[in-house]
Amino acid sequence: MSTLTDPRAVAETVTDPELPMLTLADLGVLRDVRTEDDGTVVVTITPTYSGCPAMGVMRADLVHALHRAGFADVDVRTVLSPPWSTDWISDEGRAKLAAGGIAPPGRATKHTGPIPLSLGRTMRTATCPVCGSADTEELSEFSGTACKALRRCRTCREPFEHVKEI
Amino acid sequence: MAHEETVYDALDHAHGGEGQWAFGTGFDDPLAGVDTTIPDGVDAADLGAYCLMLGDDALVLCQRLTEWATRAPELEEEVAIANCGLDLLGQARLLLARAGTCCVLGRSREHATDSIPDEDALAYFRDVDEFANHHLAEADGGDFAQTMVRLLVASTHRLALVAKLRESRDPVVSAIAAKGVPELTYHRDHAARWVLRLGDGTPESHRRAQVAVDAVWPLTADLFTATDVELRLVAQGVAVDPADTRDEVRDVLTMVVERATLTVPAWPADRPSPGRAGEHTDELAPLLATLQGLAREHPAATW
Ligand SMILES: [Zn+2]
Repeated sequence: MSTLTDPRAVAETVTDPELPMLTLADLGVLRDVRTEDDGTVVVTITPTYSGCPAMGVMRADLVHALHRAGFADVDVRTVLSPPWSTDWISDEGRAKLAAGGIAPPGRATKHTGPIPLSLGRTMRTATCPVCGSADTEELSEFSGTACKALRRCRTCREPFEHVKEI
Repeated sequence: MAHEETVYDALDHAHGGEGQWAFGTGFDDPLAGVDTTIPDGVDAADLGAYCLMLGDDALVLCQRLTEWATRAPELEEEVAIANCGLDLLGQARLLLARAGTCCVLGRSREHATDSIPDEDALAYFRDVDEFANHHLAEADGGDFAQTMVRLLVASTHRLALVAKLRESRDPVVSAIAAKGVPELTYHRDHAARWVLRLGDGTPESHRRAQVAVDAVWPLTADLFTATDVELRLVAQGVAVDPADTRDEVRDVLTMVVERATLTVPAWPADRPSPGRAGEHTDELAPLLATLQGLAREHPAATW
C-alpha cells in the first residue's frame, strides 16, 4: 500500500461531467475521502440539485480513477445534509468558471423561516466573462443545466451562462 | 484488461456490467450511503406512505411539465419548464427511495422483477389507485397560462410544506426537504412572474390567465386537510400538518393574483384529498400509461 498515492489526491483530480473545467473538489461536491482499516477507500459526495443527473457519472468516474490508481475497494457514498450551496465553490473554482466563459455565483441567500416571494427582476449581478462589463441582464433563471441561469451582456451583446446562487 | 475509455463504459464497470439503467434511474441509488435507519418511535409504514404522498405529487407534476418539451412558446421557457420538472423528479426519486427503505411497496413488487430497484418499482409498477398525489398534480396542463398558474399553486404549497419539513425528526425527510427549498423557491418565483406578465399583459393573455386561475383554484380544496397518516406523523415530529400551510399559501397566491390584476376567486371549502386516498380523476391513467409504458413493456431493457 505504501506505493499508492493519497486517495484524496486522486479523488480531487476527478472533474465534473457538466462543468469539466472544475474538479468535484472545486465544486464542493466532494465532501470527504478516507481510508478504512481494511483498506477500503470511502468517498463521500453530495448532489448539487435533487435531480442532478450527473451523480451516477460522478460516482463511476471516482471509482474508475481510484481503481486506476490501484485502490481496489472503493465505496462512494451520498450525503444529503447539509444541502450543497454554491457558496461551497472554491475561489479557484470560481476563477476556472470565469476563465471557461461561465460567470461564477454570488453569495447565496439563506432563509430559516418562510421564504419570501421575489416578483421583480432579480437583483443578482454577474460580470460578463467575455468583456468584463458589469452591465449584464438575466434572460432566464434556467439554462442548459439545473445549476445555471442565462444572461446577456449589454456591452458586448454576448449571451453567457451564470452559475446561479443556491 | 477492460477498456474503459468512455464515461458509459465507466458506468457499466461501476455497476458490474448489469447495465440496469434503462429508465435513466436504475443505475444509481439516490440514497446510496445515506443512513436510512427509521427513527425511534416512528412507524415505518406511516413514514413510507408519507414519502409516497410527497413523492407522487412531485413525480406526477414532473410528468405534466415534461409534456411541454418541444412545445413551449419559446426555447428559454422550454428549458425553464424542463428544469423545474427535473428538480421535481429528483425530489420524487429521493422520496420514493426513502419509501422503499420503509418497505411500502404495495402491489408494485408483483409486477417488477427483482433486479428493479424499489424506487423504480414504485414509479413504474404501481397502479393508478396506489398513487397518492393530489388532483392538483395530475390535472391536465391546459394552455400555457394554466400550466403557470398550476405551477404557482403547486410550488407555493410545496415550498411552504418543505420549508417546515426541514425540522422533521426523520433525518432523511429533513435533508430532502432542505434540498428542495431553494429549488422550489426558483419555481415559485418563475411561475409568479409569468402569472404577473400574463395577467397584466394583453387582453387575451389576461383573459386566459383568469380562466386558468378559475380552473385551478377549486383544486386547492384538497391541499390542507391532513390524512390519518399525517396526523400520526405530526404527533411524532416527522410530518407537517398541511393545515399549517394554509394561511401562507393563500396569502402568497392572493398577492400574486391581485398584483396580476386578476380576480381572486372564492376559496373552496377544504375537503379530505381524494388523491391521497388513491381516488383519482380520469386524467391520471393516461399520464401513467406514458410514464410507465416503456418500463412495463421492457422491464429489463438496457441501452
Ligand atoms: Zn460582455
